[in-house]
Formats: sequence, structure tokens, C-alpha cells
Amino acid sequence: VAAAVLASSLESVLGSRGCANRVFDILELLQADEEDVILSAIRTCSRLFGALLERGELFVGQLPDPEPSLTDDYSAEDKYKIWMRHRYNSCVNCLAELMGHESFQVKELSLSTLMKFVELEGKYPLVKAEFKGSFPRELLKLIVENLIPCEEDSSLLISHFQEYMEYDDVRYFVMKAVAENVGQVMQKTKEVPLPVYQQNVFSLISPISMPNKENELVNFMPWFNSLFSFPLSLQEHKRAFERMWLGFLKHKLPTGLYKKVLVILHDSILPYLNEPTLMIDFLTVAYDIGGAISLLALNGLFVLIHQHNLEYPDFYKKLYSLLDPSIYHVKYRARFFHLANLFLSSSHLPAYLVAAFIKRLSRLALTAPPQALLMVIPFICNLFRRHPACKILVHRPGGPEDLSEDPYIMDEEEPSESRALESSLWELQTLQSHYHPDVAQAAAVVNQSLSELEDDISDLLELSAYELFDRELKKKATSVPLEFEQVRGLFGKKNSLFAEHFALE
Amino acid sequence: MGKVAKQRKKGLGAARAKDPSGTVTSMVKNNPFEVKVNKQKFQILGRRTKHDVGLPGVSRSKAVKKRTQTLLKEYKEREKSNVFKDKRFGEYNTKISPEEKMMKRFALERQQNHEKKSIYNLNEDEELTHYGQSLADIEKLHDIIDSDSDAEEGGVLSAELTAAHFGGGGGLLRKKTLAGEQDEEEERPKSRKELIEELIAKSKQEKRDRQTQRENALELTEKLDTDWKEIQTLLAHKTPKSERKDKEEQKPRPDEYDIIVRELGFEMKAQPSDRMKTEEELAKEEQERLQKLEADRLRRMHGKDEHENKKKPKHMSADDLADGFILDKDDRRLLSYKDGKLNVGNEEEDDKEEEGGKEEESEGEPASEDEEEAIVEEDNATDSPSDLESDTESEEDDTANEEQKKNKRNEKKLQSEDEQNAKIEAARAELPYTFVVPESYEKLKSLLFGRIIEQQLVILERIQKCNHPSLAVGNKAKLEKLFGFLLEYIGELATVEPPELQTIDRLVLPLYSLCQMFPEAASNSVKFVLRDAAHDMEEMIEVKGRATFPGLDMLIYLKITAIIFPTSDFWHPVVTPALVYMSQLLTKCQVMTLQDVVKGLFVCCLFLEYVSLSQRFVPELINFLLGILHIAIPQKQVQGYTVVHPFRPAGKNSELLLVCDKKDMETWKKQNLPLTIVTRLKESSKTEMNHFRLSCLALCLDLIKKCAALYGSLSSFHEIMQPIRVLLTEHMPVSEYPKQLQELHQNALKEMEDKGKRYTPLVCEKKKPVPLKLYTPKIVKVLEFGRKQGGSKEEQERKMLIHKHKREFKGAVREIRKDNQFLARMQLSETIERDSDRKRKVKQLFSSLATQEGEWKAMKRKKFKN
Repeated sequence: VAAAVLASSLESVLGSRGCANRVFDILELLQADEEDVILSAIRTCSRLFGALLERGELFVGQLPDPEPSLTDDYSAEDKYKIWMRHRYNSCVNCLAELMGHESFQVKELSLSTLMKFVELEGKYPLVKAEFKGSFPRELLKLIVENLIPCEEDSSLLISHFQEYMEYDDVRYFVMKAVAENVGQVMQKTKEVPLPVYQQNVFSLISPISMPNKENELVNFMPWFNSLFSFPLSLQEHKRAFERMWLGFLKHKLPTGLYKKVLVILHDSILPYLNEPTLMIDFLTVAYDIGGAISLLALNGLFVLIHQHNLEYPDFYKKLYSLLDPSIYHVKYRARFFHLANLFLSSSHLPAYLVAAFIKRLSRLALTAPPQALLMVIPFICNLFRRHPACKILVHRPGGPEDLSEDPYIMDEEEPSESRALESSLWELQTLQSHYHPDVAQAAAVVNQSLSELEDDISDLLELSAYELFDRELKKKATSVPLEFEQVRGLFGKKNSLFAEHFALE
Repeated sequence: MGKVAKQRKKGLGAARAKDPSGTVTSMVKNNPFEVKVNKQKFQILGRRTKHDVGLPGVSRSKAVKKRTQTLLKEYKEREKSNVFKDKRFGEYNTKISPEEKMMKRFALERQQNHEKKSIYNLNEDEELTHYGQSLADIEKLHDIIDSDSDAEEGGVLSAELTAAHFGGGGGLLRKKTLAGEQDEEEERPKSRKELIEELIAKSKQEKRDRQTQRENALELTEKLDTDWKEIQTLLAHKTPKSERKDKEEQKPRPDEYDIIVRELGFEMKAQPSDRMKTEEELAKEEQERLQKLEADRLRRMHGKDEHENKKKPKHMSADDLADGFILDKDDRRLLSYKDGKLNVGNEEEDDKEEEGGKEEESEGEPASEDEEEAIVEEDNATDSPSDLESDTESEEDDTANEEQKKNKRNEKKLQSEDEQNAKIEAARAELPYTFVVPESYEKLKSLLFGRIIEQQLVILERIQKCNHPSLAVGNKAKLEKLFGFLLEYIGELATVEPPELQTIDRLVLPLYSLCQMFPEAASNSVKFVLRDAAHDMEEMIEVKGRATFPGLDMLIYLKITAIIFPTSDFWHPVVTPALVYMSQLLTKCQVMTLQDVVKGLFVCCLFLEYVSLSQRFVPELINFLLGILHIAIPQKQVQGYTVVHPFRPAGKNSELLLVCDKKDMETWKKQNLPLTIVTRLKESSKTEMNHFRLSCLALCLDLIKKCAALYGSLSSFHEIMQPIRVLLTEHMPVSEYPKQLQELHQNALKEMEDKGKRYTPLVCEKKKPVPLKLYTPKIVKVLEFGRKQGGSKEEQERKMLIHKHKREFKGAVREIRKDNQFLARMQLSETIERDSDRKRKVKQLFSSLATQEGEWKAMKRKKFKN
């Protein structure tokens, strides 16, 4: 029924201006309850206003108030256009609201319809433009606003929106709109954290891929032909990007989001900023938080230090304090050790510092899983090769016999005070009796004098437990030794732990 | 060769000596004008010279003579094509006397004339023999034995025996009679023809006799058969054994004396053997075997295997040319003595092996011996229980005697032994004796499922026996598959509700024995299970971001791995992946419920068991125990320790094991955690839950104590235990705990404190300086001067052959030249002779003509005168 109604009203509205009032039927159905009715209503709207836009039957320019406009001295033609323009506006508002509908199909369709309007408005602008090819910013702002709601997670819709972000102009205006929107929303809520909102913003802005060069800015929405110069330099683009991110990061972020931002920071944000140094504050704060966040901030910090001459006081001390038992267990282990390897590769570091690092790493290795151990032992060996002065840790002939305590002070924050150089690497000696044969063999390397060449640890960084397991399974065995002690049942072995503590019931 | 040549020379010499020319040569030798002395430049001591004196005249004449005999003959017959052959027998053989010659010729003539009537009858004249006895006779004997005609056998036997008894104790079976008779006959003055005819007649007679005998015997046996068939129905109830016995009795029993003599005769052949082994020796041997296995295990534990095989530095000799050439191992047998006897290698060793057979065999594969025993048992249908059972029992008895404190379980087992035996009996009786190996898991399941444990065991045992790899070709593959099915079956038993743990407990035995038979297949199946489990976990982590502990079946599999494989090896194809998998369990799986805690603690126990012998360090274990303690303490201001991955310092599940209820604390008693708790937490009343919590805590504390005992020798023991100690001493509300727990807590702490703190600075192993490669010059011993040296054996041989060839070639050329000279001489002499002949004839003609002329002239003169 509804479909028939819609079809007939579409027919009549487009057919003659006399039946213009039937627009209301369509708009009414936009608020219907049934999903398919809404869907077909949206499609009808899209066709209707699309046609009207193309025909130029909508009022162009500053829209007068609806009530007085009817009385004013516009021509009938204009009155009709103004009236129709009002209907168009209310339709757009409706569609924007529908973007918050519970049905995803409705959301998607209304989004694509709105984007179609954006395209058409670009082609047939509704504002009197000073120059040709103005962009319907207001409409886009409305879309963005509804794309990143405060209450619900709309990442799916956002991922559908990403296809429009391919266009440079859309991206540019979205970035501007987002920056504006973030500012508004945050001001409104006054520091009350909005995790869902922030999450949405993040999922909208994190996939933005910025162009690298000026001449890459050629991908515009279809209505522009290249003859029109659009005020869109790379500089401009970057500024918008920068403003958006800075605006977003200015506010307190939930931990999960923090980590996500830090993960992408170094390769999809920092290179596209006009002034990467603006990120220093953010990074130093993150670095001071501790734990995994600090580990992640390290990467961005490294970029700043390396490429932008950032002076970071007590950087190594801070790095040293980052070493805690969790570094061998966290997901970002590979990234951290990759960076640590870089930081410690300088041969100008003082021996006490390197020794403190070595000692701390190996002390922590006492709680590490085998895949981490297989990585960290060659890492330590490499440190020995770069800093031969530290070899005293594994080779101290004629040292004091029978110490009652390890001279190294684990709790000391300051590497220089930790007395690492007076200690020995008993931890690696302990690891020589690790249950995993490869670990035991790797740890046994310190017994011999090291070879000159450094081990390549890049392959080991990503080693996962499952890979380790697979590797073990694939090893070929010539023979399979068997247990010679006769079994007596599941818990039958003599002085079995199991018989003491478990019952077969 | 050399010998033969010498002999020939000698012979020649002898012949020469006989010749009249021999005297001539001796005369010639004494004649100084005939002798040519070869002058030597230097006198060399010890050199034997062959050709110092030559007799050119003699040798030349010898050569000429030889040529006249051979070459000249050929030369003279060069244009003749017919050859005369003399085929008369022995015409040129001087060794046979003329009479004999004539006899033989006569015989040959007769033979030629004699018509062969039956050319295929080879048997007529000659007799085939074996060990000096005629085969025909032997055949006869056999016939006698085979047929049951007793009288004849008895007769022959007695004749033989008399010969044996009174023949001076020689070989029993030797039979001289026939030969003797023949000798006698020969002595008699009989003509040859008669003799031969007699012989022929005799053999024919014998043959006929044999024929008739055989026919008779056949008739008799047929008759007996028919008779037997008639009686058979009457005797049907009798067992075949008794029947056999009857038959034996029917035979005349040999004399006792005969038996002894025979025995003595046989005994002489018997080899001296070792005596039986005494109990102590057997025990000692068993102990040695175990020690050897243990040593083997230790070697593997230290991972020396590979090093020795791979990295053993080769000994570099000073003479090594670094060309990769290795002298083959000298595998000559060394002359050695053993027990006062010469050790002559193979035979002796074989004997010894056979004698010591049983033990060695059992060393190799105890399972197979068990099998044999079991088969014997079944054959006899004795009433002893299953072999495995009996084995374990006897072992248990032994250990029980040795061990001071008896396990309660054992005791109970002993008590209920009779019951169990009865059950097993019943199971044995009910089931069929043969089973085919199930070809799929479903078949095995349908075979086993629903039966009582004993029956299942018996079925598995019988499957193994009926399809032992030695019995048929395909059995090995089938039984190998059986291991996998059984493993799967066990997994299923662990997953059903409620898990049939008792059955699993018993099923481990057949699993073990199968594993002993097919280690490869077993390891592959277990690896397969592990791979699946690890894969599942990896997938879960990828999808959900976290893993959960696996089901009871996986825990059981891990436990079984520990039972059937040695866990102390440095590297083991199954155990090492299992360890890695367990490490993943402890680091990746979230601890969210009480079941997870129990599972985790089970894995901890597994870890401890795996490393109990090798004392290897497991960081995950310590971490996990720390985490368990952490979730058992109330206030969470974490100080002095940090928990790692699966546990979080605060948040959800961080007070999972905390017990606040005072009353529950008091009523708690230490109990063994039932494994079924893993699958379901039955009737979770609050008190019981609390009790479980406390039990878990107790288990954790005990494990900590065990860890402390195990790792006490590690150099950084205190660093490892530091967090746990801090937690135990500072954060744990010990005073609120029940007494048993307090005790455990105390024990654990004590175990940790007891270890002394000793740190000795590390020192690298000293690197051995690499010695320079030194090459000594190559020295060749000169064994004999004047000989061509150098080169390998082949080279020398080649040189020698070339040298010989050259010499022979020269000799041949010389001979040919001499032949030609000889021939030329002959031809020349021929021509000279011919010429002189002609001259003579011409002269003769001339003279006759001259006389004619003279006569004619004389006549003419006469005419003139007249």
C-alpha cells in the first residue's frame, strides 16, 4: 500500500506543481514504523529531490523565514521554490535523524541519500556562490554530526562512509566539520568523558589517509572538473588534519583509545602534521603514564627525537623504568624491543647504563615465557657485543667469592645507582636450566666467549607461542625414547603429586 | 704354480738322469771348453746368480733337436692334408701292460657289441650311497619305521644293537655288514661274470621285495583306517592327547639300558652350558638393566646425545693431509681369551647369546615377553589373573616390602585383589578369544563402550595378542592405528558426563604397552592431538582475543604423555611440544572461574611432574602460582610484587579465591580435589565452594613448597621466589586460616628460607687455543734396494706386468728368428743336396758320353787303320 502511495505521489509531485502538497505524504512516511516503508520512502525522497535539484526547482540563496515568505512579494514561482526548499530542508533533517535509526539498512540508505544530495548540491548549489563550485558545508556538517553520535557505537556506518573519504574535498570538509563538532560537543559536556563519542570520532578519523604530495590532490567529487581551482593546497589539508587531531587529543581519552591512538600515531598521524612538534605535549604525558601506554608512546617519541630534534631529558632513565615484568607479556613486545634495540644501539652509551639494562632485562626474564626468552637472550648478547665493557657481567675472574647478596639493586630508579656493573648475570645461568631446550641452549652461549657478529633478532621479535609450538612439532626425530618405568594407572607413579591432591572421581 | 713348476723341473731332471745323454752332459759340464762363464762386474754378497755359468753348446743342440722334432716335422708336412690318427686303446701309453691293454680292448669291443636294452635303467649296476650306506637300504629302513610293522623293526634294531654293543662303542648307526659280506664274496674264487650277474639278480630281488612290502603296508594302513573309523565314534569323548599316549604305549618300550646308551651317545654332542641363574643374579641383572636405562635417560636429559653425534671434534693427526681421506677402521678380530678359553669369535658369541637369551630379549622388549608369558598362560588355561595385573601386583609386593610406608591405595588394592581376580575371570570367560583390530574409531567404541572395565581390558589385550605384528604382515599398521583410536576413546571417556576416570585409569595400561610396541606411531598420534589443541587455542585467541582452559580430556592427554614418554629428556619429539603447549595454557588462558583455577593448578602439577627429574626451571609455573595466591588475598595494594598476564592486579575475578566466611574456614578439612569438578561444579552451596577454594589454596601452597625444594639449587633462586615470599609474608592473612593451611604456609616459607644465599661471580669457560696445523714430512720405508719402489700396489703390479710382457715379447721374437734361421738352414741344406745330386748326375752323363765318344773314336781310328 505504502509503496503504491509513494509511487503515485512521486509521480504527481514531479508531474504538476498543483499536486505539490502530496510531498507531505512522502515525508510523513519517512516517520513510519515499518522498516521497508521507511526504506521505500527514503528512496522516493532521493528520487524526488534529486529530480527537483536537477531541474533547479529549489530556491537558491538565503532562505527567508517560512511564514513571512508567503506574504512577501515574491513571485509565485519563487514562492513555490521557497516552499519546496523548506520541504527539502525538512526532508534532510528527517534523513539525518534516520541515521540514528536502529535498523542498519535505514541508516545506510539515509546516509547514501544524503551523500547523493551533497553531490547534487555541489553541482547545483543552493547558495549564491561567489565562485563556482562551492561545497555544501552545512549539509556535510549535519551528516558528520549524525555520523558520530554520543550514545551508540556507529563504527559500521562510519566504515561505510569511508568510501566517500577517498575524495579529497569531502575529506577536507569532513575534517573541518569533525574539528568543529569535537569542539562543540566537548564544550557542551564540560570534561565529562564520552567514551562512545570518542570511539566514534576515532573510528571516523583514524583511517584517513592523507595524500603525500601536492599533485596527488586530484581526486574530487565527480562534479568538479579540473579546470576549476579549488582552494585546496596540501598545506591547507594538513592544517585541517592537524587541527582535527589536536582538537581530538586535547581531551582526556579512555585507556583503550589511548593505546589505539598511540599505535597509529607514528606512521599515520605524525608525518602529516605541519608541525609534528605540537604532539610533544601529548606524547610526554602519555610517556609518563606508565605501563603499556608508555611503551607505545615511545614510538612517537622516537620519531620526534630522531627527526625533529626533540631533547628529552632523562630519556634512558625513563626507558629503564619502563622495564617491568609485563613487557614480556604484552602484545606490543615486538615493537618495544625493536625500539629498545634502536635506542641501545649507540656505542656511546655509558657502560653502567647498558649494564643496568642488561641486568634488569635478565632479571625480568625470570618470569618470561619461552618465546620472549628466545628473543631477549640474543638481544642481551648483542648488547654485550656492542659494549664489551659490560662483559664483566658474565666474566669476572678473580672477583669476590661467595657474595651473600646480589649487588644489583632492582628497585633503584636511577640506572647509575643500581650497581649493575658489580653484579653478574646469574639469571642467565639460571635460564640454562630452562625447560625449553632452545632457551637453555641460547642461555648457555654466555658460558663461551661471544662471536664477533651480532645476531639478527628481527625475526625473533614477532615469534609467537604458537609458532614456537609449531616449530617444535615439525622437528624430525630419529627415534622416540620411551618411558621405561612400568605404569600403574593414571596417577600411579610413586610419590605422585596427583595422587596427593586429586581424586579420580 | 711355483710348486708345480718345480716338480716338473725335478721330473725333467730325473728323466735326464736316466737318459744316456745325461752322462754326456755331465761330461760336457766338466769340459772347460764347453763352459761359458758370465763375468760379473761386482761381487754382491747374498745374491743368488742363476746364469753365472752357461753351456752354449748344449743348449743350442737342445734347441735344434726340439725344432727338428716340431718345426721340421711341420715343415715337411706343409703340403700334406691327410692326417693319420691312431685310435687304438692305449697304443702309445707305455704305462699299461700289454695284457691289461688287451683285456681293456676286449671289454670295449664287447661293450660296443652289447645291445643296450634299457638305456634309462641307471639303477641296475651302480648303487647310490650316503655316508657309506646304500640309499636303498636307508630307504628300506625308513619304510620299516614308517609302517608299523614292529617285528621287522625289532629285528633290524637288535642286529644294529648287537653291532653297537659289541662293536667297541663306535658310531651307533654305522653299518658294516653289507660291505663285509661283499668282501667275503670277493675273496671267493668266482669269475667276474658270475659275480656281476649275481649282483644284478640280488638287486632285482631286493627291489621286488620292497615293492611287495610297500603294497602290504598300504593295504594294512587302509584296513586300519577303516577299522579306526568304525571305532572312532566310540572313542569320540577321548582327547587326542590321550590317544597319542595310547599309541605310544602300544609301541614296544625300548630297554632301559638302550635308553641310557642312546642318551649317552647323544650327550657326547651336547655343548657345555651355563648354569641356571639364581634369584639374586636375576635381580642383579634387572637392576643393571634399569641402571642402564637410567643412565640413558640422564644422558638424554643433559642433551649430550646430539652433541656427541654432531660436534665431536675429529682427531687431527699430524699426518693428516686435510684431503678428507680416512683410513678404514681396522676391524680385524683381536686374539683374546675369555674364561681361559680362546675366544674364537662368532660361534662362541652366538652360543653365549643364546644362553643368555631370555634376559637379553626381555631387555629389548619387555612387552613381547609379557605377551609370550600370557600366551602360555592362556594355553594352559590356568587360573592366574591377567598377566599385566600379575606383573603389577608382584611389583607392588616388592615395592611394598621395600618401602617403609605403604600407600593406602595399594593396601586397598591388595585387599580387593581377590574380588578383582574373580571379575577378570568372569570377563575372560564371557568374551570370545579372537578379535579383529577395529579399523575405525567407531568400531572400537562400539566394541568397548558400555562394557565393564575388566572386559574392556581383556578385549584390548586379546586384540593385541591375536594381531601381534609377528603373526601377519598387516598387523603392525593395524595396531598402530589402534593406539590413535584408543587415545581418542580415552578423550571421549573424559568428556562424557560424568567422566569415567576409573576406566581411563585402567586403560592407560594397554596404551602403555601399545606405545612400547610402536613408539613412532604413538608419538605421531599424541603430537596430532597436541597440534589440534594448540590450533584450537590459537584460533580462539584470534577470534575472541583470549583463550580458555581446555577440557578435562586435554588435561588427561597431557598426563598420559607424561606417563608413556620420558619427560626429562633435553629434547623429546612429543614432550617438548607438550611443554610449550602447557606454557601457553598458563600464560594465555584467562582464570575466570573456580574450575579454571583447578585446571590451572592441574597444569601446574603436570609441569612439576614433567620437570621433577630434570629439575628444569619453569617461569610460567611460578608466575601462575603467584597469581593464584594473589587472587586469594583480600586487600590489593600491590606492593613488592607484580602479577603477569592472565592475572590482573585488580578488577574482575581478582578475588576469586578469597574466603571471608569464618565458619567455612573452621569446618574445612583438607581433601583431594575430585577431577570431576573440572566439568561441573556440583551443588554449589556456598560452604562447599569455600571449601574448594581453601583446598585450591592448600594445593597451591604445597606446590610452592615443592617448587622451592626443586629450584633450591638455582643460582637466582631468591630472585625467582622473591614475589611469592613477599606475598606470603606480608599480604597473606595467615592468622585467619585454618590450622592445616597455616601449617602448609609455614612449610612453604621455611622451604624458601632454608636455601642459603650464595653468589659466585660468573667466569667464562676458558677458550682453548687453536693449535696450528703441523705437517710432518712423508717418510717411505725402503724395504729392499734394487726393487722398483713407490706407487700403490696396483701400480707396482702393472709395472711388473709390463716388464714381463717386454721380456716375453723379446723372447718370442728371438725364438721366431731362430726358427726362421733353422728353416733357412734346412732349406739351404736341401738345395745344396739337390744341386750336388744334379752335379753328380750331370757328371755321370758326361762321363758316359765321354766313354761313348771315346769308344766311337776308337772305332773310327780302327777303321782308318783298317
